[in-house]
Amino acid sequence: MSTHAAVKAKPVLSEGKKAERRLGLLLCAPAAFIMIAVTAWPIIYSFWLSLQRYDLKFPDKQEFIGLENYTAVLSSPYWWDAFGITALLTVITVVIELVLGMALALVMHRTLVGRGLVRTSALIPYGIVTVVAAFSWKYAYTPETGYLAELFGGAPLTDKASALAIIASAEIWKTTPFMALLLMAGLALVPDDMLKAAAMDGASGWQRFTKIMVPMMKPAILVALLFRTLDAFRIFDNIFVLTAGSQGTGSVSMLTYNNLIKGLNLGIGSTMSVLIFVAVAIIAFVFIKVFGTAAPGSDNGGKR
Amino acid sequence: MAGIGGAETTGKKARWGLVNVVVVVYALFPVLWIVSLSFKSKKAISEGGFFPTEWTLDNYAAIFSTTEFIRPLFNSIGIAIIATLIAVVFGTMAAYAIARLDFPGKQLLVGVSLLIAMFPQVSLVSPLFNIERALGLFDTWPGLILPYITFSLPLAIYTLSAFFKEIPWELEKAAKMDGATPGQAFQKVIAPLAAPGVFTTAILVFIFCWNDFLFAISLTSTETSRTVPAALAFFTGSSQFEDPTGTTSAAAVVITIPIIIFVLFFQRRIVAGLTSGAVKG
Repeated sequence: MSTHAAVKAKPVLSEGKKAERRLGLLLCAPAAFIMIAVTAWPIIYSFWLSLQRYDLKFPDKQEFIGLENYTAVLSSPYWWDAFGITALLTVITVVIELVLGMALALVMHRTLVGRGLVRTSALIPYGIVTVVAAFSWKYAYTPETGYLAELFGGAPLTDKASALAIIASAEIWKTTPFMALLLMAGLALVPDDMLKAAAMDGASGWQRFTKIMVPMMKPAILVALLFRTLDAFRIFDNIFVLTAGSQGTGSVSMLTYNNLIKGLNLGIGSTMSVLIFVAVAIIAFVFIKVFGTAAPGSDNGGKR
Repeated sequence: MAGIGGAETTGKKARWGLVNVVVVVYALFPVLWIVSLSFKSKKAISEGGFFPTEWTLDNYAAIFSTTEFIRPLFNSIGIAIIATLIAVVFGTMAAYAIARLDFPGKQLLVGVSLLIAMFPQVSLVSPLFNIERALGLFDTWPGLILPYITFSLPLAIYTLSAFFKEIPWELEKAAKMDGATPGQAFQKVIAPLAAPGVFTTAILVFIFCWNDFLFAISLTSTETSRTVPAALAFFTGSSQFEDPTGTTSAAAVVITIPIIIFVLFFQRRIVAGLTSGAVKG
């Protein structure tokens, strides 16, 4: 009963209210601490490292050089090639995933027979380890071993265009189900009655889709696009396994990894880290401000 | 959920059946292919057909006789389980607070988790590489567990707070009115209602940790903490002159088994977890 009274008497901070605040902060503390310790501090440190000449092969030569690393990276054709490839793959995969994901969402939502079977199989690509799937594709396109190699003229992974197509298709295979699930959640919010009423009024299937479903699903579509775009931009696993970045198929993540782990150049690696962080922040900003994507959870405070 | 603007005719059912077959084949054939490869003998691998012409268990025997695979498998299991446990416990605490309590900084926490969910992991690789070397965490289990917890927490917090908001909390009050102590009310009423959500979240977090590749290859350098996805990338087969196709496939199949089990038994929950966390928030 006392807690009930405390909730009613909102303006005054009663004992119960104070206890609630304390408990709330206490419960969130471990999660907040870990998240900030493992992300905020390293990204600041990363910025600091990016202002240094810091090559682990020549540790004595470490010194503060200001923005020189940024000029080096931003004037390097390697960076812009990798950036172009990343952007290209992001746009292609996300667009195709949206179309396929929408189709798959409609199938999973509406299918009359074997819904469980469809959903179960669709979850396999989502759950499978990306590296495993990447090896499956790699061997499928390997001459003599793979069933797909002959189809595409011998050794498709050694040609830039076909290698990129294979990387894109591997990404699309893996993440379309996730896109479909996010869209399906939006689909569930479209009232059936409204679709039936529109059908009675003579709206065609396509009209029902574009005039009713898509507008009502808009928030879900934007959230799905935002998540997938940011995710696609960090593409790494598939490229690492399929081509290791050869034939000019490296993404910015690949380039950063190569500079850091293979090249042991912390200064350049950190500079790229910061630049990718900025690029991702810009994409997120554009989605949230320009398209008005409601960030999931942004309305958390009001509702209980 | 009848079809719109028409009865459920047999023709319609047949068409849906066809669509479903397309989806199932699309989703499963890369998996079947790697399973098929893993059972192929050396000769069958070089023949290139989809199904093995000559079956063998040699590839499995080979990987289970080398520490190159057994040790990473042990690492993968241990690291994923520990990271999942910690992330789910901390995530549950935070999600309960977000769903149920009023406190300052709640929006901030939600915002921070969202930022981390969008964070490009590769941006952390360079600084973590250096920090972990300085702290002695490089190439250790905690060195991987920490980033895994960090990147699973947003997922855990979103999914769980969505689940917690659906729980009819009045039941707790009712139980107390009926004379239950707060402990009993929690144990008998709330915990059973919350358990499915917590369990679902644990599966999603486990899948995430199990899947990671970037941290695994950047923050480890030896078998002591390298997980299977990372080890696969460096797999050379039982001797360095052998083509590792068969053994890599066998190892890939082994780490796919837990995923298949989760999906088969908890399909409904995984779908509920992924959809509730992402949209209803």
